[in-house]
Amino acid sequence: MLEIKNISKTFNPGTVNEKQALRGLTLTLKDGDFVTVIGGNGAGKSTLLNAIAGTWKVDEGQILIDGVDVTKYPEHKRAAFLGRVFQDPMNGTAATMGIEENLALALRRGDKRTLKPGIVGAERKLYRDMLAKLGLGLENRLTSKVGLLSGGQRQALTLLMATLKKPKLLLLDEHTAALDPKTAAKVLETTENIVNQDHLTTLMITHNMKDAISIGNRLIMMNNGQIIFDVEGEEKKKLTVEDLLHKFAQASGEEFANDRMMLTN
Amino acid sequence: MDIMILINALPGAAAQGLIWGIMAIGVYITYRILDVADLTVDGSMCTGGAVFIMMMLNGSNVWVSMAAAFGAGMLSGLATGLFHTFMGIPAILSGILTQLGLWSVNLKIMGKANQAINVDKYSLLVSLRFIKNVPFYKNTILVVALTSVVLILILYWFFGTELGCSLRATGCNDKMSRAQGINTDFCRVLGLMISNGLVALSGSLLTQYQGFADINMGRGAIVIGLAAVIIGEAVFGKVFRNFGFKLLAVSLGSIIYYLVLQVVIWLGIDTDLLKLLSALVVAVFLAIPVWQERYFSKPVKKGGNS
Repeated sequence: MLEIKNISKTFNPGTVNEKQALRGLTLTLKDGDFVTVIGGNGAGKSTLLNAIAGTWKVDEGQILIDGVDVTKYPEHKRAAFLGRVFQDPMNGTAATMGIEENLALALRRGDKRTLKPGIVGAERKLYRDMLAKLGLGLENRLTSKVGLLSGGQRQALTLLMATLKKPKLLLLDEHTAALDPKTAAKVLETTENIVNQDHLTTLMITHNMKDAISIGNRLIMMNNGQIIFDVEGEEKKKLTVEDLLHKFAQASGEEFANDRMMLTN
Repeated sequence: MDIMILINALPGAAAQGLIWGIMAIGVYITYRILDVADLTVDGSMCTGGAVFIMMMLNGSNVWVSMAAAFGAGMLSGLATGLFHTFMGIPAILSGILTQLGLWSVNLKIMGKANQAINVDKYSLLVSLRFIKNVPFYKNTILVVALTSVVLILILYWFFGTELGCSLRATGCNDKMSRAQGINTDFCRVLGLMISNGLVALSGSLLTQYQGFADINMGRGAIVIGLAAVIIGEAVFGKVFRNFGFKLLAVSLGSIIYYLVLQVVIWLGIDTDLLKLLSALVVAVFLAIPVWQERYFSKPVKKGGNS
């Protein structure tokens, strides 16, 4: 489904701020893989997702989605294959547009935008059904401006938008990190439901190690722009948080000294 | 101060307000929808007038000439759009570059700094002579009002299409738009083209109205456009929620601006000071939402429950 071959990315090359964010990273995802990604600050987790999404071009290497080489595709063209949810709830939706208008934009992801109506009556029933499944009462507020919604509601809506048109690959960049614990749990539950129901291939960055272990069928740990640990299936299920901390110390030669990571265990 | 002088001047002011209102709708598209302050308009206003008058003087039909003016305006918008997207120049600077370049282009189109057209010799659509003592269907106020309504209807339709929606999304949230597969660069360029097309169309109407095109006719247009947008929102913002009505509010805002201007002139203010006055009024109105946020907003609980 996803093949990443030896990609590298250096930010601000030749300056004091030079940062080698990805170093020859290779990763292959099978159809239906649900992979959680963990790692310390600056490990390259978000950089990996941005490289796949095409926020900028990688310095070297190749990215294939479903057999299509997208390495040279601009961001908006890659969007045809991808569903994305960002960490900041403000990023994933258009605040001044209505809920149904946002969904209508998402339903047309990957299609050419024509002079046909931006939203047609028949779609509204689909939107209402999908929104009802979120259980947030949004199904009766189709025309409300998204800016009026809470962070959790916006994030749930973004998740729906990312999956409304089934993506080849779903990219979740710490999408529950900015939410309060209760809302985060709810959005995470919704995430699992949607991913399992549609058998979506998913990459999810999280800073919560328990979530990383309990969710999905595969786990990768990143450090310094590389994947240092990759485990799946039964072996993953048996992991404990202590194992992960130990593994990190072993592979990186340093303690997992990340406050946020520790606190959320 | 004879009140009759003012009353006699008001229809003319309303007609001018309506004509500038079309330009203000162009400004609304960039400033409010695309979230770009586009200074191209100061140049493209005159480009519209220049193209229109030269085509008329060379024997073209009034509609063809106006369509050509619209097209020329779109090209100015294209220039600014390419400066901004393809060349990565900040939007406001891109507009200034195009505006400056258009000064030469406008001079070259007209051959000199101004060109006059006689309404008796050419069949023009609007004119300041068509305000009083003409059959109602030839009345400039009616003609421009109808033109504005038709344009608003077309824009209302367009911004409801898939393409129009992606333009609105681009102005609202760049990152989200690209994640949803929208080519934001294309949308920006297209928005700038439509906006400047309208501005140039307004320029062609103004040229007919005053009977001449002048190299300085667009100077300060952006300020008048912003004033119309802000007045329209301040006066009608609470009543007009629908997008079409919001555009109508811009047009009405422009009329109010010109009526107030007329009153100020009638009151006997030094007309040299008018531009300074306009600039200050717009500056204060632009500051109001910022001040509201900074000094009068109540703290809101962040986040919230879902």
